[in-house]
Amino acid sequence: MDFFRRDPPKTSAAMAKERLQLILTHEHQGNMGSEPDYLPALRQELLEVISKHAGIDLNEVSVSLERKPDKEVLEVNVVLPRHDAH
Amino acid sequence: MAKIIVVTSGKGGVGKTTTSASIAAGLALQGHATVVIDFDVGLRNLDLIMGCERRVVYDMVNVIQGDARLHQALIQDKRCDKLHILPTSQTRDKDALDKQGVGQILDELQQSFDYIICDSPAGIERGALMALYYADEAVIVTNPEVSSVRDSDRILGILHAKSRRAEQGLAPVKEHLLISRYNPARVAEGEMLSIEDIQELLGIPLLGMIPESESVLKASNAGTPVVFDRESRAGQAYADTVRRLLGHDCPLRFLEVEKKSLLKRVFGG
Repeated sequence: MDFFRRDPPKTSAAMAKERLQLILTHEHQGNMGSEPDYLPALRQELLEVISKHAGIDLNEVSVSLERKPDKEVLEVNVVLPRHDAH
Repeated sequence: MAKIIVVTSGKGGVGKTTTSASIAAGLALQGHATVVIDFDVGLRNLDLIMGCERRVVYDMVNVIQGDARLHQALIQDKRCDKLHILPTSQTRDKDALDKQGVGQILDELQQSFDYIICDSPAGIERGALMALYYADEAVIVTNPEVSSVRDSDRILGILHAKSRRAEQGLAPVKEHLLISRYNPARVAEGEMLSIEDIQELLGIPLLGMIPESESVLKASNAGTPVVFDRESRAGQAYADTVRRLLGHDCPLRFLEVEKKSLLKRVFGG
């Protein structure tokens, strides 16, 4: 049964693309100097809270702000460890 | 007026000099008077790739400093008389190039050439900034690999902010993506970023794809730009790239995966 529940394996190329999409978006915001002042502190505190309660590696969490024409989207991406991984 | 094209990438070792040599030679083979300039001060290598390392007498820094005339520093290629090389200096002086000196050299070259190819050093320091400053067009050489894609994105940002065209509010530098060291079999296996992935990430039009090929190393061993090797896939892919640069319609080749990898997939080989 476990077989059916498992996520389809992600190719390494797909991982590369996903990581690049996140980091390039993040760096574009930095380059344009458009990041709001509170974001670095907010990012840091969110990371601390998440890692405190979920007990996970800070590298598995990303916080980014995406700018759309009519709104801004704060995206917090957390990779939780699998339960059976304990 | 000559067109000034910078070949750049941010990251080192992705194939800038190989590309500069083959694009310059390809343009010259098509009948266009072309000069290729090495901007990597301190680490001269274009001369080796072009096979003219023993003919270097004067270099670009000698010309800027007034120790030689431009025509004394230019080396005419032995295989193609439309092709010239302007070597760089091996000085360790990082300030050897400046906007004014480079600008004067480019002005003079514009009078006798159709195309000026600027081979940028890696990094985002002075040499790289000088190579891209006067560019009309930019060829961004990218390998299907995370650090190369990120660095290409970075250098695109610098082109948008620091080029002469950006500073003076002129029409922006025309950007072209050239993907090199591409391996369609590994892309099919999900082990390598695809052309479409890289294009989506960088958001600039594709100029060409150079398949990973043993002939590139053989060509550099021999000091012959790989575009002269008409048998090799890489050589043909560079020739196609040059045709597209000249505005011709030319479909991408060498995208197919070799048959045997299918068997490998079935048997897990």
